Amino acid sequence: MKIGAIAGITFKEAKRDRVLYLLFFFAALGIVASRVLAVLTVGDRIKIIKDVGLASISVFGVLMAILIGTGLVYKEIDKKTIYTLLAKPLHRSEFILGKFLGLVLTLLVMTAAMAVIFLAIVYAHTARVEGSLLVAVAYIFLELILITAVAVLFSSFSTPILSSLFALAFYLIGHLSWGLELIIKKMRPGTGKALVRALYLVLPDLENFNFKTEVVHGLPIPPAIYLSSFLYGVCYTAFILGLAVLIFRRRDFI
Amino acid sequence: MADAIRIENLRKRFRLGFIPKSREILKGITFAVGEGEIFGYLGPNGAGKTTTIKCLLGLIHPDAGTITIFGRPYSSPRSREPLGFLPENPYFYDYLTAREFLAFTADLFGLGRGEKDERIARLLKLVGLERAADLPLRKYSRGMLQRAGLAQALVNDPRLVVLDEPLGGMDPIGRKEIRDIIVRFKDEGKTVFFTSHILQDIEMICDRVAIIVGGRIVKEGGLRDLVSEKVLFTEVTVAGLPPQTFAGLGESVSARGDRVLLKIYDEAKVDEVVGLVHDRKGRLIALSPRTETLEDIFVETVTRT
Repeated sequence: MKIGAIAGITFKEAKRDRVLYLLFFFAALGIVASRVLAVLTVGDRIKIIKDVGLASISVFGVLMAILIGTGLVYKEIDKKTIYTLLAKPLHRSEFILGKFLGLVLTLLVMTAAMAVIFLAIVYAHTARVEGSLLVAVAYIFLELILITAVAVLFSSFSTPILSSLFALAFYLIGHLSWGLELIIKKMRPGTGKALVRALYLVLPDLENFNFKTEVVHGLPIPPAIYLSSFLYGVCYTAFILGLAVLIFRRRDFI
Repeated sequence: MADAIRIENLRKRFRLGFIPKSREILKGITFAVGEGEIFGYLGPNGAGKTTTIKCLLGLIHPDAGTITIFGRPYSSPRSREPLGFLPENPYFYDYLTAREFLAFTADLFGLGRGEKDERIARLLKLVGLERAADLPLRKYSRGMLQRAGLAQALVNDPRLVVLDEPLGGMDPIGRKEIRDIIVRFKDEGKTVFFTSHILQDIEMICDRVAIIVGGRIVKEGGLRDLVSEKVLFTEVTVAGLPPQTFAGLGESVSARGDRVLLKIYDEAKVDEVVGLVHDRKGRLIALSPRTETLEDIFVETVTRT
Protein backbone atom coordinates (compact mmCIF):
# COMPACT_ATOMS: atom_id res chain seq x y z
CA MET A 1 0.00 0.00 0.00
CA LYS A 2 2.68 2.49 1.07
CA ILE A 3 5.06 1.32 -1.65
CA GLY A 4 2.15 1.64 -4.10
CA ALA A 5 1.50 5.23 -2.98
CA ILE A 6 5.16 6.18 -3.47
CA ALA A 7 5.24 4.36 -6.83
CA GLY A 8 2.07 6.20 -7.90
CA ILE A 9 3.49 9.61 -7.05
CA THR A 10 6.78 8.72 -8.77
CA PHE A 11 4.90 7.67 -11.90
CA LYS A 12 2.96 10.95 -11.81
CA GLU A 13 6.19 12.92 -11.44
CA ALA A 14 8.08 10.98 -14.12
CA LYS A 15 5.35 11.40 -16.70
CA ARG A 16 5.58 15.17 -16.20
CA ASP A 17 9.25 15.10 -17.20
CA ARG A 18 9.77 16.58 -20.66
CA VAL A 19 12.98 14.59 -21.14
CA LEU A 20 10.83 11.47 -21.21
CA TYR A 21 8.79 12.71 -24.16
CA LEU A 22 11.84 14.03 -25.97
CA LEU A 23 13.51 10.63 -25.75
CA PHE A 24 10.28 8.90 -26.74
CA PHE A 25 10.06 11.18 -29.78
CA PHE A 26 13.60 10.27 -30.85
CA ALA A 27 12.97 6.58 -30.22
CA ALA A 28 9.85 6.73 -32.38
CA LEU A 29 11.81 8.66 -34.99
CA GLY A 30 14.52 5.98 -34.95
CA ILE A 31 11.97 3.19 -35.36
CA VAL A 32 10.18 4.98 -38.21
CA ALA A 33 13.48 5.98 -39.86
CA SER A 34 14.49 2.32 -39.95
CA ARG A 35 12.19 1.99 -42.99
CA VAL A 36 14.16 4.70 -44.80
CA LEU A 37 17.44 3.02 -43.84
CA ALA A 38 16.08 -0.29 -45.13
CA VAL A 39 15.37 1.27 -48.51
CA LEU A 40 18.93 2.58 -48.73
CA THR A 41 20.51 -0.73 -47.74
CA VAL A 42 21.43 -3.69 -49.87
CA GLY A 43 20.22 -6.95 -48.31
CA ASP A 44 17.34 -8.13 -46.26
CA ARG A 45 15.36 -4.95 -45.60
CA ILE A 46 13.13 -6.36 -42.90
CA LYS A 47 16.19 -7.38 -40.85
CA ILE A 48 17.44 -3.79 -40.96
CA ILE A 49 14.04 -2.55 -39.76
CA LYS A 50 14.00 -5.04 -36.90
CA ASP A 51 17.66 -4.36 -35.96
CA VAL A 52 17.34 -0.59 -35.93
CA GLY A 53 13.90 -0.71 -34.25
CA LEU A 54 15.06 -2.93 -31.39
CA ALA A 55 18.26 -0.90 -30.99
CA SER A 56 16.19 2.31 -30.75
CA ILE A 57 13.96 0.81 -28.05
CA SER A 58 17.03 -0.37 -26.14
CA VAL A 59 19.15 2.81 -26.38
CA PHE A 60 16.37 5.31 -25.71
CA GLY A 61 14.90 3.12 -22.98
CA VAL A 62 18.28 3.08 -21.24
CA LEU A 63 18.57 6.87 -21.59
CA MET A 64 15.10 7.26 -20.07
CA ALA A 65 16.02 4.99 -17.15
CA ILE A 66 19.30 6.81 -16.52
CA LEU A 67 18.22 10.42 -17.04
CA ILE A 68 15.03 10.15 -15.03
CA GLY A 69 16.15 7.51 -12.53
CA THR A 70 19.27 9.37 -11.41
CA GLY A 71 17.21 12.40 -10.37
CA LEU A 72 14.47 10.49 -8.60
CA VAL A 73 15.79 10.18 -5.06
CA TYR A 74 18.13 13.15 -5.34
CA LYS A 75 15.24 15.50 -6.17
CA GLU A 76 13.33 14.36 -3.09
CA ILE A 77 16.34 15.16 -0.92
CA ASP A 78 17.19 18.40 -2.74
CA LYS A 79 13.62 19.73 -2.64
CA LYS A 80 13.25 18.43 0.93
CA THR A 81 9.99 16.66 0.15
CA ILE A 82 11.61 13.66 1.78
CA TYR A 83 11.22 15.26 5.24
CA THR A 84 7.45 14.98 5.03
CA LEU A 85 7.58 11.42 3.71
CA LEU A 86 10.07 9.90 6.12
CA ALA A 87 8.27 11.54 9.07
CA LYS A 88 5.43 9.13 8.29
CA PRO A 89 5.53 5.48 9.40
CA LEU A 90 7.47 4.53 6.29
CA HIS A 91 10.56 2.30 6.11
CA ARG A 92 13.34 3.80 4.05
CA SER A 93 13.36 0.56 2.06
CA GLU A 94 9.68 1.14 1.19
CA PHE A 95 10.60 4.59 -0.10
CA ILE A 96 13.39 3.21 -2.32
CA LEU A 97 11.23 0.37 -3.62
CA GLY A 98 8.34 2.75 -4.30
CA LYS A 99 10.59 5.08 -6.26
CA PHE A 100 12.03 2.15 -8.19
CA LEU A 101 8.64 0.64 -9.02
CA GLY A 102 7.24 4.03 -10.06
CA LEU A 103 9.98 4.42 -12.64
CA VAL A 104 9.68 0.79 -13.73
CA LEU A 105 5.98 1.46 -14.36
CA THR A 106 6.85 4.57 -16.39
CA LEU A 107 9.36 2.57 -18.44
CA LEU A 108 6.82 -0.21 -18.93
CA VAL A 109 4.38 2.26 -20.46
CA MET A 110 7.11 3.83 -22.62
CA THR A 111 8.54 0.48 -23.74
CA ALA A 112 5.02 -0.75 -24.57
CA ALA A 113 4.36 2.41 -26.62
CA MET A 114 7.69 2.03 -28.47
CA ALA A 115 6.97 -1.67 -29.05
CA VAL A 116 3.56 -0.85 -30.54
CA ILE A 117 5.16 1.60 -33.00
CA PHE A 118 7.87 -0.93 -33.79
CA LEU A 119 5.41 -3.79 -34.42
CA ALA A 120 3.28 -1.47 -36.56
CA ILE A 121 6.28 -0.58 -38.73
CA VAL A 122 7.21 -4.27 -39.09
CA TYR A 123 3.58 -5.08 -39.88
CA ALA A 124 3.50 -2.36 -42.54
CA HIS A 125 6.45 -4.09 -44.22
CA THR A 126 5.58 -7.76 -43.79
CA ALA A 127 1.79 -7.69 -43.19
CA ARG A 128 2.47 -10.06 -40.25
CA VAL A 129 2.41 -9.53 -36.47
CA GLU A 130 5.69 -11.04 -35.32
CA GLY A 131 5.15 -11.99 -31.69
CA SER A 132 8.71 -13.33 -31.39
CA LEU A 133 9.98 -9.77 -31.52
CA LEU A 134 8.25 -9.18 -28.19
CA VAL A 135 10.66 -11.65 -26.58
CA ALA A 136 13.55 -9.36 -27.48
CA VAL A 137 11.57 -6.34 -26.23
CA ALA A 138 10.77 -8.15 -22.97
CA TYR A 139 14.48 -8.78 -22.32
CA ILE A 140 15.30 -5.19 -23.22
CA PHE A 141 12.75 -4.23 -20.58
CA LEU A 142 14.42 -6.57 -18.07
CA GLU A 143 17.69 -4.77 -18.79
CA LEU A 144 15.94 -1.42 -18.26
CA ILE A 145 14.72 -2.64 -14.87
CA LEU A 146 18.31 -3.41 -13.87
CA ILE A 147 19.55 -0.05 -15.17
CA THR A 148 16.75 1.66 -13.21
CA ALA A 149 17.92 -0.07 -10.03
CA VAL A 150 21.47 1.13 -10.75
CA ALA A 151 20.22 4.69 -11.36
CA VAL A 152 18.27 4.63 -8.08
CA LEU A 153 21.35 3.27 -6.27
CA PHE A 154 23.57 6.13 -7.46
CA SER A 155 20.78 8.66 -6.97
CA SER A 156 20.56 7.71 -3.30
CA PHE A 157 24.00 9.17 -2.54
CA SER A 158 25.15 11.25 -5.50
CA THR A 159 24.15 14.17 -7.71
CA PRO A 160 22.20 13.52 -10.95
CA ILE A 161 25.18 14.37 -13.21
CA LEU A 162 27.59 12.07 -11.42
CA SER A 163 24.91 9.39 -11.07
CA SER A 164 24.21 9.57 -14.82
CA LEU A 165 27.91 9.11 -15.57
CA PHE A 166 28.18 6.17 -13.16
CA ALA A 167 25.04 4.53 -14.55
CA LEU A 168 26.21 5.07 -18.13
CA ALA A 169 29.57 3.54 -17.24
CA PHE A 170 27.72 0.57 -15.73
CA TYR A 171 25.77 0.19 -18.99
CA LEU A 172 28.87 0.38 -21.18
CA ILE A 173 30.89 -1.99 -19.00
CA GLY A 174 27.89 -4.32 -18.94
CA HIS A 175 27.89 -4.54 -22.72
CA LEU A 176 31.63 -4.96 -23.06
CA SER A 177 32.31 -7.38 -20.21
CA TRP A 178 31.50 -10.41 -22.38
CA GLY A 179 34.94 -9.85 -23.91
CA LEU A 180 36.40 -11.02 -20.61
CA GLU A 181 34.74 -14.38 -21.14
CA LEU A 182 36.66 -14.77 -24.40
CA ILE A 183 39.89 -13.78 -22.67
CA ILE A 184 39.27 -16.34 -19.90
CA LYS A 185 38.89 -19.07 -22.50
CA LYS A 186 42.21 -18.18 -24.12
CA MET A 187 44.21 -17.71 -20.91
CA ARG A 188 46.34 -20.37 -19.31
CA PRO A 189 45.23 -21.57 -15.87
CA GLY A 190 46.79 -19.61 -13.03
CA THR A 191 46.39 -16.52 -10.87
CA GLY A 192 45.83 -14.23 -13.85
CA LYS A 193 42.97 -16.34 -15.13
CA ALA A 194 41.42 -16.53 -11.65
CA LEU A 195 41.63 -12.75 -11.33
CA VAL A 196 40.00 -12.14 -14.71
CA ARG A 197 37.31 -14.68 -13.85
CA ALA A 198 36.63 -12.91 -10.52
CA LEU A 199 36.43 -9.60 -12.37
CA TYR A 200 33.97 -11.08 -14.86
CA LEU A 201 31.80 -12.36 -12.02
CA VAL A 202 31.69 -8.98 -10.31
CA LEU A 203 31.05 -6.91 -13.43
CA PRO A 204 27.59 -6.94 -14.95
CA ASP A 205 27.07 -8.80 -18.22
CA LEU A 206 24.18 -7.06 -19.92
CA GLU A 207 24.65 -9.14 -23.06
CA ASN A 208 22.63 -11.73 -21.14
CA PHE A 209 19.56 -9.69 -22.08
CA ASN A 210 20.49 -9.26 -25.73
CA PHE A 211 18.35 -11.56 -27.85
CA LYS A 212 18.11 -9.15 -30.75
CA THR A 213 20.30 -11.11 -33.19
CA GLU A 214 18.59 -14.42 -32.45
CA VAL A 215 15.11 -12.93 -32.82
CA VAL A 216 15.88 -10.92 -35.96
CA HIS A 217 17.54 -13.89 -37.69
CA GLY A 218 15.06 -16.42 -36.36
CA LEU A 219 17.76 -18.46 -34.57
CA PRO A 220 16.60 -20.99 -31.95
CA ILE A 221 17.14 -20.10 -28.28
CA PRO A 222 17.13 -22.90 -25.70
CA PRO A 223 14.60 -22.25 -22.86
CA ALA A 224 17.41 -22.67 -20.32
CA ILE A 225 19.09 -19.55 -21.72
CA TYR A 226 15.86 -17.57 -21.33
CA LEU A 227 15.52 -18.79 -17.78
CA SER A 228 19.13 -18.13 -16.78
CA SER A 229 19.00 -14.62 -18.28
CA PHE A 230 15.76 -13.93 -16.44
CA LEU A 231 17.16 -15.17 -13.13
CA TYR A 232 20.39 -13.21 -13.70
CA GLY A 233 18.33 -10.04 -14.20
CA VAL A 234 16.15 -10.63 -11.15
CA CYS A 235 19.07 -11.49 -8.86
CA TYR A 236 21.30 -8.62 -10.05
CA THR A 237 18.42 -6.13 -9.68
CA ALA A 238 17.65 -7.43 -6.18
CA PHE A 239 21.35 -7.13 -5.25
CA ILE A 240 21.59 -3.53 -6.52
CA LEU A 241 18.34 -2.54 -4.79
CA GLY A 242 19.55 -4.13 -1.56
CA LEU A 243 22.72 -2.06 -1.83
CA ALA A 244 20.66 1.11 -2.46
CA VAL A 245 18.52 0.41 0.61
CA LEU A 246 21.62 -0.24 2.72
CA ILE A 247 23.20 3.08 1.71
CA PHE A 248 19.94 5.01 1.99
CA ARG A 249 19.21 3.66 5.47
CA ARG A 250 22.49 5.01 6.78
CA ARG A 251 22.00 8.52 5.36
CA ASP A 252 21.38 11.62 7.44
CA PHE A 253 19.02 14.17 5.91
CA ILE A 254 20.56 17.40 7.12
CA MET B 1 1.63 6.67 31.34
CA ALA B 2 4.62 7.05 28.99
CA ASP B 3 5.78 10.54 28.06
CA ALA B 4 4.83 11.64 24.56
CA ILE B 5 8.50 12.37 23.89
CA ARG B 6 11.48 11.40 26.00
CA ILE B 7 14.96 12.40 24.90
CA GLU B 8 17.98 11.44 26.94
CA ASN B 9 21.57 12.53 26.45
CA LEU B 10 21.13 13.09 22.71
CA ARG B 11 24.35 13.81 20.88
CA LYS B 12 25.01 14.51 17.23
CA ARG B 13 28.18 15.53 15.46
CA PHE B 14 28.38 16.49 11.79
CA ARG B 15 31.38 16.49 9.51
CA LEU B 16 30.76 19.20 6.94
CA GLY B 17 32.66 21.04 4.23
CA PHE B 18 35.06 20.16 1.41
CA ILE B 19 37.76 19.45 3.96
CA PRO B 20 35.43 17.84 6.52
CA LYS B 21 35.38 19.67 9.81
CA SER B 22 33.69 18.03 12.74
CA ARG B 23 31.14 20.07 14.68
CA GLU B 24 29.05 18.87 17.60
CA ILE B 25 25.52 20.22 17.12
CA LEU B 26 23.77 18.45 20.00
CA LYS B 27 25.77 18.08 23.19
CA GLY B 28 23.72 15.82 25.42
CA ILE B 29 20.11 16.99 25.14
CA THR B 30 17.71 15.66 27.78
CA PHE B 31 14.06 16.58 28.21
CA ALA B 32 10.61 15.04 28.22
CA VAL B 33 7.26 16.17 26.90
CA GLY B 34 4.26 14.92 28.87
CA GLU B 35 1.12 13.71 27.13
CA GLY B 36 -1.42 16.49 26.52
CA GLU B 37 1.13 19.31 26.90
CA ILE B 38 1.92 22.16 24.55
CA PHE B 39 5.70 22.27 24.68
CA GLY B 40 7.71 25.12 23.18
CA TYR B 41 11.27 24.45 22.06
CA LEU B 42 13.18 27.72 21.80
CA GLY B 43 16.62 28.71 20.75
CA PRO B 44 18.55 31.11 18.55
CA ASN B 45 19.36 30.16 14.94
CA GLY B 46 21.79 27.27 14.76
CA ALA B 47 21.17 26.18 18.35
CA GLY B 48 20.11 22.67 17.33
CA LYS B 49 16.30 22.86 17.36
CA THR B 50 15.73 21.43 13.89
CA THR B 51 18.47 18.84 14.38
CA THR B 52 16.67 17.64 17.52
CA ILE B 53 13.41 17.36 15.58
CA LYS B 54 15.14 15.52 12.71
CA CYS B 55 16.61 13.05 15.21
CA LEU B 56 13.16 12.59 16.74
CA LEU B 57 11.70 11.82 13.31
CA GLY B 58 14.49 9.46 12.29
CA LEU B 59 15.74 11.76 9.52
CA ILE B 60 19.11 11.96 11.26
CA HIS B 61 20.79 9.15 13.19
CA PRO B 62 22.05 10.37 16.58
CA ASP B 63 25.58 9.48 17.65
CA ALA B 64 24.42 8.75 21.19
CA GLY B 65 21.39 8.97 23.41
CA THR B 66 17.89 7.59 23.40
CA ILE B 67 14.65 8.93 21.98
CA THR B 68 11.25 7.41 22.60
CA ILE B 69 7.84 8.46 21.29
CA PHE B 70 5.04 7.19 23.54
CA GLY B 71 7.53 4.65 24.86
CA ARG B 72 8.58 3.34 21.43
CA PRO B 73 12.13 3.86 20.15
CA TYR B 74 12.30 6.55 17.44
CA SER B 75 14.04 4.18 15.01
CA SER B 76 10.92 2.08 14.54
CA PRO B 77 8.58 3.46 11.85
CA ARG B 78 5.69 2.40 14.11
CA SER B 79 6.75 5.11 16.57
CA ARG B 80 5.64 7.62 13.93
CA GLU B 81 2.13 6.20 13.58
CA PRO B 82 0.68 8.54 16.25
CA LEU B 83 2.77 11.48 15.03
CA GLY B 84 2.08 14.38 12.68
CA PHE B 85 4.89 16.64 11.48
CA LEU B 86 4.97 20.04 9.82
CA PRO B 87 8.45 20.97 8.53
CA GLU B 88 9.88 24.49 8.83
CA ASN B 89 9.39 25.50 5.20
CA PRO B 90 6.89 22.99 3.89
CA TYR B 91 8.19 21.46 0.67
CA PHE B 92 5.64 19.40 -1.17
CA TYR B 93 5.06 18.06 -4.65
CA ASP B 94 4.01 21.35 -6.21
CA TYR B 95 2.24 19.76 -9.19
CA LEU B 96 -0.31 18.09 -6.89
CA THR B 97 -3.42 19.82 -5.62
CA ALA B 98 -3.92 20.04 -1.85
CA ARG B 99 -6.61 17.37 -2.11
CA GLU B 100 -4.33 15.00 -4.07
CA PHE B 101 -1.46 15.64 -1.69
CA LEU B 102 -3.59 14.89 1.35
CA ALA B 103 -4.88 11.71 -0.34
CA PHE B 104 -1.28 10.65 -0.94
CA THR B 105 -0.26 11.24 2.68
CA ALA B 106 -3.41 9.41 3.84
CA ASP B 107 -2.29 6.42 1.72
CA LEU B 108 0.99 6.37 3.64
CA PHE B 109 -1.06 5.68 6.77
CA GLY B 110 -3.18 3.10 4.99
CA LEU B 111 -6.49 4.90 5.51
CA GLY B 112 -9.55 3.37 3.83
CA ARG B 113 -11.25 5.26 1.01
CA GLY B 114 -14.34 6.43 2.95
CA GLU B 115 -12.35 7.48 6.00
CA LYS B 116 -9.79 9.19 3.78
CA ASP B 117 -12.33 11.32 1.88
CA GLU B 118 -14.14 12.33 5.05
CA ARG B 119 -10.92 13.28 6.83
CA ILE B 120 -9.53 15.24 3.87
CA ALA B 121 -12.75 17.28 3.63
CA ARG B 122 -12.64 17.97 7.38
CA LEU B 123 -8.98 19.00 7.33
CA LEU B 124 -9.38 21.29 4.32
CA LYS B 125 -12.16 23.04 6.23
CA LEU B 126 -10.11 23.18 9.44
CA VAL B 127 -7.16 24.95 7.77
CA GLY B 128 -9.37 27.12 5.55
CA LEU B 129 -8.29 25.69 2.20
CA GLU B 130 -11.65 24.41 0.97
CA ARG B 131 -11.82 26.85 -1.92
CA ALA B 132 -8.20 26.31 -2.99
CA ALA B 133 -8.31 22.51 -2.54
CA ASP B 134 -8.15 21.75 -6.25
CA LEU B 135 -5.43 24.23 -7.16
CA PRO B 136 -1.88 22.93 -7.68
CA LEU B 137 0.33 23.66 -4.66
CA ARG B 138 2.75 25.70 -6.80
CA LYS B 139 0.06 28.40 -6.97
CA TYR B 140 -0.15 28.65 -3.18
CA SER B 141 1.25 31.54 -1.15
CA ARG B 142 3.63 30.73 1.72
CA GLY B 143 0.84 31.02 4.26
CA MET B 144 -1.40 28.68 2.23
CA LEU B 145 1.43 26.14 1.96
CA GLN B 146 1.82 26.31 5.72
CA ARG B 147 -1.88 25.51 6.07
CA ALA B 148 -1.61 22.62 3.59
CA GLY B 149 1.38 21.44 5.63
CA LEU B 150 -0.62 21.54 8.81
CA ALA B 151 -3.44 19.58 7.14
CA GLN B 152 -1.05 16.81 6.03
CA ALA B 153 0.40 16.68 9.55
CA LEU B 154 -3.09 15.93 10.87
CA VAL B 155 -4.16 13.40 8.26
CA ASN B 156 -3.64 10.46 10.66
CA ASP B 157 -5.42 12.22 13.56
CA PRO B 158 -2.13 12.16 15.53
CA ARG B 159 -1.76 12.07 19.31
CA LEU B 160 1.49 14.02 18.98
CA VAL B 161 1.92 16.99 16.64
CA VAL B 162 5.46 18.23 15.93
CA LEU B 163 5.56 21.66 14.35
CA ASP B 164 8.80 23.31 13.22
CA GLU B 165 8.22 27.08 13.05
CA PRO B 166 4.50 26.75 12.28
CA LEU B 167 3.89 30.50 12.54
CA GLY B 168 6.69 31.61 10.22
CA GLY B 169 5.51 33.43 7.10
CA MET B 170 1.96 33.84 8.38
CA ASP B 171 0.12 37.15 8.51
CA PRO B 172 -1.30 38.21 11.92
CA ILE B 173 -4.73 36.71 11.16
CA GLY B 174 -3.19 33.47 9.94
CA ARG B 175 -1.00 33.34 13.05
CA LYS B 176 -4.01 33.71 15.28
CA GLU B 177 -5.86 30.98 13.40
CA ILE B 178 -2.93 28.56 13.73
CA ARG B 179 -2.58 29.47 17.42
CA ASP B 180 -6.25 28.72 17.93
CA ILE B 181 -5.87 25.38 16.15
CA ILE B 182 -2.91 24.49 18.40
CA VAL B 183 -4.93 25.34 21.51
CA ARG B 184 -7.79 23.22 20.14
CA PHE B 185 -5.33 20.29 19.85
CA LYS B 186 -4.75 20.53 23.59
CA ASP B 187 -8.50 20.50 24.23
CA GLU B 188 -8.68 17.33 22.13
CA GLY B 189 -5.98 15.77 24.31
CA LYS B 190 -3.21 15.97 21.71
CA THR B 191 0.38 16.74 22.61
CA VAL B 192 2.04 19.57 20.70
CA PHE B 193 5.79 20.03 20.41
CA PHE B 194 6.76 23.11 18.49
CA THR B 195 9.55 25.55 17.79
CA SER B 196 9.03 29.22 17.10
CA HIS B 197 10.93 32.47 17.00
CA ILE B 198 7.75 34.35 17.87
CA LEU B 199 8.04 34.28 21.62
CA GLN B 200 4.77 36.09 22.30
CA ASP B 201 2.94 33.20 20.63
CA ILE B 202 4.84 30.63 22.66
CA GLU B 203 4.08 32.56 25.83
CA MET B 204 0.41 32.70 24.91
CA ILE B 205 -0.14 28.99 24.32
CA CYS B 206 2.66 26.85 25.81
CA ASP B 207 2.48 24.92 29.07
CA ARG B 208 6.18 24.23 29.25
CA VAL B 209 9.28 25.36 27.38
CA ALA B 210 12.88 24.34 26.93
CA ILE B 211 15.57 26.75 25.75
CA ILE B 212 18.43 25.29 23.74
CA VAL B 213 21.62 27.25 23.19
CA GLY B 214 24.73 25.89 21.49
CA GLY B 215 23.40 22.34 21.52
CA ARG B 216 22.59 22.29 25.24
CA ILE B 217 19.32 22.75 27.11
CA VAL B 218 19.98 25.74 29.33
CA LYS B 219 16.51 26.21 30.77
CA GLU B 220 13.48 24.00 31.01
CA GLY B 221 10.26 24.16 32.95
CA GLY B 222 6.66 25.27 33.22
CA LEU B 223 6.04 28.66 31.73
CA ARG B 224 4.58 29.93 35.02
CA ASP B 225 7.67 28.77 36.90
CA LEU B 226 10.04 30.48 34.49
CA VAL B 227 8.21 33.75 33.99
CA SER B 228 7.73 35.47 37.34
CA GLU B 229 4.93 37.89 38.10
CA LYS B 230 7.53 40.41 39.30
CA VAL B 231 7.05 43.95 37.92
CA LEU B 232 10.23 45.02 36.14
CA PHE B 233 9.22 48.67 35.74
CA THR B 234 6.11 50.78 35.24
CA GLU B 235 5.48 52.96 32.21
CA VAL B 236 3.54 56.12 33.04
CA THR B 237 2.30 58.59 30.41
CA VAL B 238 1.50 62.05 31.74
CA ALA B 239 0.20 65.18 29.94
CA GLY B 240 0.28 68.87 30.81
CA LEU B 241 3.46 68.85 32.92
CA PRO B 242 7.12 69.38 31.92
CA PRO B 243 9.52 66.41 32.25
CA GLN B 244 11.56 68.27 34.90
CA THR B 245 8.62 67.86 37.29
CA PHE B 246 9.51 64.19 37.66
CA ALA B 247 13.26 64.57 38.15
CA GLY B 248 14.55 61.87 40.45
CA LEU B 249 11.35 59.85 40.31
CA GLY B 250 11.83 58.02 37.02
CA GLU B 251 13.52 58.03 33.68
CA SER B 252 11.93 60.31 31.09
CA VAL B 253 11.92 58.14 27.95
CA SER B 254 10.25 60.53 25.53
CA ALA B 255 8.42 63.86 25.42
CA ARG B 256 6.09 64.52 22.49
CA GLY B 257 3.78 67.54 22.50
CA ASP B 258 2.70 67.97 26.10
CA ARG B 259 3.00 64.26 26.82
CA VAL B 260 5.82 62.67 28.76
CA LEU B 261 6.56 58.95 28.94
CA LEU B 262 8.25 57.90 32.17
CA LYS B 263 9.85 54.61 33.04
CA ILE B 264 9.75 54.01 36.81
CA TYR B 265 11.76 51.14 38.28
CA ASP B 266 10.85 51.69 41.94
CA GLU B 267 7.24 50.62 42.58
CA ALA B 268 6.97 53.01 45.60
CA LYS B 269 7.71 55.96 43.35
CA VAL B 270 4.76 55.20 41.07
CA ASP B 271 2.36 56.42 43.77
CA GLU B 272 4.49 59.55 44.22
CA VAL B 273 4.26 60.32 40.50
CA VAL B 274 0.49 59.79 40.48
CA GLY B 275 0.16 62.14 43.52
CA LEU B 276 2.35 64.78 41.86
CA VAL B 277 0.25 64.70 38.68
CA HIS B 278 -2.89 65.11 40.73
CA ASP B 279 -1.44 67.99 42.83
CA ARG B 280 -0.03 69.92 39.83
CA LYS B 281 -3.28 69.54 37.85
CA GLY B 282 -1.68 67.39 35.16
CA ARG B 283 -3.39 64.49 33.43
CA LEU B 284 -2.57 60.81 33.83
CA ILE B 285 -2.93 59.24 30.35
CA ALA B 286 -1.68 55.68 30.94
CA LEU B 287 -0.05 53.54 33.59
CA SER B 288 1.17 50.08 32.70
CA PRO B 289 3.27 47.80 34.87
CA ARG B 290 5.63 45.68 32.76
CA THR B 291 6.15 42.18 34.11
CA GLU B 292 8.86 39.77 33.04
CA THR B 293 8.19 38.10 29.68
CA LEU B 294 9.49 34.98 28.04
CA GLU B 295 11.41 37.23 25.69
CA ASP B 296 13.28 38.78 28.64
CA ILE B 297 14.19 35.33 29.92
CA PHE B 298 15.18 34.15 26.46
CA VAL B 299 17.39 37.16 25.75
CA GLU B 300 18.97 36.99 29.20
CA THR B 301 19.58 33.23 28.93
CA VAL B 302 21.03 33.39 25.43
CA THR B 303 23.21 36.41 26.23
CA ARG B 304 24.50 34.82 29.44
CA THR B 305 25.26 31.54 27.68
